[in-house]
Amino acid sequence: MSASSTAEVPFVPKTKVGRITDFVDERVGGSGILREFGRKVFPDHWSFMFGEVALYSFVILLMSGTFLTFFFDPSMAETHYSGSYTPLTNVEMSVAYNSSLNISFDVRGGLFFRQVHHWAALLFVASLGVHMLRVFFTGAFRKPREMNWVVGGVLLILAMAEGFTGYSLPDDLLSGNGLRIIDGVIKSIPVIGTYISFFLFGGEFPGTAIIGRLYVLHILLVPAMILLMIVIHLFMVVVHKHTQYPGPGRNDGNVVGYPLGPVYAAKAGGFFFIVFGVVALMAAMFTINPIWNYGPYDPSPVSAGTQPDWYIGFVDGALRLMPGVVNDFHFEYIIFGHVLTLNVLLPALVPAGIIFTVLFTYPWIERWITKDNREHHVLDRPRNAPTRTAIGVAGFTWYCVMWAAAGSDLIATHFHVALNDVTYWLRTLFFIGPIIAFMVTKRVALALQRKDREIALHGRETGRIVRLPHGEFIEVHAPLDDYKQYKLVGFESPSPLAAQPNEHGVVTPKEKRRAALSKWFFEDRVAPATPAELEAAHGHGHHEAIESSEEHKSLSH
Amino acid sequence: MKALSQKRRHPLAAIALLLLGLLVTGGLYAVATTVNQAKADTTTFSASDAQEGGKLFAANCATCHGMGASGTKDAPSLVGVGAAAVDFQVGTGRMPMQMNGPQAQEKPRQFNDQQTQQLAAYVASLGAGPAIPDASLLDEKGDAAKGGELFRVNCAMCHNAAAAGGALTRGKFAPALAGVSGQHIYEAMATGPQNMPVFNDANISPEGKRDIITFLKTIEANGSPGGNDLGSLGPVSEGLFVWVAGLGVIIAFTIWLTSRTS
Repeated sequence: MSASSTAEVPFVPKTKVGRITDFVDERVGGSGILREFGRKVFPDHWSFMFGEVALYSFVILLMSGTFLTFFFDPSMAETHYSGSYTPLTNVEMSVAYNSSLNISFDVRGGLFFRQVHHWAALLFVASLGVHMLRVFFTGAFRKPREMNWVVGGVLLILAMAEGFTGYSLPDDLLSGNGLRIIDGVIKSIPVIGTYISFFLFGGEFPGTAIIGRLYVLHILLVPAMILLMIVIHLFMVVVHKHTQYPGPGRNDGNVVGYPLGPVYAAKAGGFFFIVFGVVALMAAMFTINPIWNYGPYDPSPVSAGTQPDWYIGFVDGALRLMPGVVNDFHFEYIIFGHVLTLNVLLPALVPAGIIFTVLFTYPWIERWITKDNREHHVLDRPRNAPTRTAIGVAGFTWYCVMWAAAGSDLIATHFHVALNDVTYWLRTLFFIGPIIAFMVTKRVALALQRKDREIALHGRETGRIVRLPHGEFIEVHAPLDDYKQYKLVGFESPSPLAAQPNEHGVVTPKEKRRAALSKWFFEDRVAPATPAELEAAHGHGHHEAIESSEEHKSLSH
Repeated sequence: MKALSQKRRHPLAAIALLLLGLLVTGGLYAVATTVNQAKADTTTFSASDAQEGGKLFAANCATCHGMGASGTKDAPSLVGVGAAAVDFQVGTGRMPMQMNGPQAQEKPRQFNDQQTQQLAAYVASLGAGPAIPDASLLDEKGDAAKGGELFRVNCAMCHNAAAAGGALTRGKFAPALAGVSGQHIYEAMATGPQNMPVFNDANISPEGKRDIITFLKTIEANGSPGGNDLGSLGPVSEGLFVWVAGLGVIIAFTIWLTSRTS
């Protein structure tokens, strides 16, 4: 509005505040930006808010982390504790651990802030993970968002790196054990492993440099990279516009929802305080990483219940699952004087490598199989893409098996089973779990599709049994309203795409493989009820009235 | 004498007499009980203790441990295990064993203090072994910080740094130590029950054991400074909590925030 008025009569602000605001606006163009962003439309669905949770957790992390840097000293110099926690009085420790204890017991509000920081970190990575699962299972990674999916994957890795460097800083026994495992994994890399380890630790583990170095990474480099990735991520969200769930009136050319200003901005702003409140409540009521229990780091002891934070758990679990020897078969070789320890190298790097490779390349894999080059802004319901959903659940199951293995000792003690049996079962599930998960998920998705089809054709079961004059009993089926009906029939169900010859008229072996995968991907399908089928189903029923609206819908479909 | 006889009819005379009588009785009783106490603290058992213990043993333990505690194929010989081992195993209810398994489980104790002492006396009479510790080692007035260091180096790998317990192989486990009496902790260290190694006086001196007990009782009394400890189980329970409770509450809020539109 102000833009049009300035074109004719120059806008003259009346108040002092108005003059200052106008001065600034004329130079930075704030009102234009606000007008543009205020009109951005966001669809409303609870599952769209996990990215926001991650963003808000990150803001909480920046704020609480800044507070902690005021009091934390990353030095590995030797000192003796003289703070107020008596069970550690006069114990020899590093300055880093000493300052962490002081933050916990002698800085006002320090323990609360430590717990806020740690809980927010766990929540940050958890919400990232759930957000990525939502994006995967709804097909939101498809064109044009493939690159934003990759940025999200990079954010996940950065978040794990940020978490791990932070976990190591207090220099307590638990974090030192974690660092020792990382050191072992690095050293298991053939030839260059020891060199990398010595470079990283500034000599033999643990040395006196690592905490200071991790501190710089933790508060400077990694957060800066995360921030950069968040900016790129959000920029692309603005460029691509938000995806939306299928529904009447929603298509790949529009976004149905609330504009950012004022309602959505208020909701999102309020949601920040809700997330902050939840984190603050957890921090106030539940202890996290009680470093005073673990004592100072000392390379000799390892406590029972030594685990990494949850997001590194799957790597720890894979290490726990790997057998040292199978009968007489060893996994350790000495080649030209170099030790190759496959029983560390394989579990530490291969599963994580597979998970992240598939994660990063999946949008292109699916695009290649489906030859689908269209833009998609309307999401898939997970059941309407049975094979993708099954692949996702199989991958998630594989991850969960390794994740569970990281807690194998606690599973054993709390469910009163033998640790060995837990390991044997998880080893079995490591191989067959994803296969079972794939088959079960695909069947469940197809069954749900059949149920949808059934409801679309015959309406909802009311549970009301009616006896007809000639004695027959029938259950009355109520017709669905148009919105629900649309949800059940308005989706794409691609059929397998046969191998096609290229421009030279040759069907290449690669194309044949693609066709085979396409068959595997789309062979089992439940097509949505067609308008003709709907008409036929309702024709012999008792609901003539609905038919006209069905017909109307079939046109839009 | 005359003054006394004159005052014997004084109104307060009866009260004074009563107080005097109570004081004498109470004093005598106090002396008598401290004598008893001192006698109980010395772990020298009388011959009748061992005799009674032998009868209890024959009735309750000999099926597995054999007559004369010489051991069978089902259970080890108890010659030389000492009174401490009996006091721990019987005193915590682990023996007589409820069922076969990877290790004897704690259960409500089957024998009272006197019977336990008699059994201990009997087993101690079969051969020299670790005795029930002196009360001075169980006063929980040692150096908690030093005890903590000893605990982390020697005990935490099985019992967990916060003494919350942990898993061992094939169904065996190290129990949580909260609520275990100092005497039983000491005896466990001295005798190595179930799958626990023996920490004899050369490994950890009696003063060191006293420090460990002091440490355990200190952290137990301290509680958790940072709020609910979630079982003191480390990052696994923390991760489970953030996924179930943290994310659960946040999902509830997201549903609430977006519930106005369909």
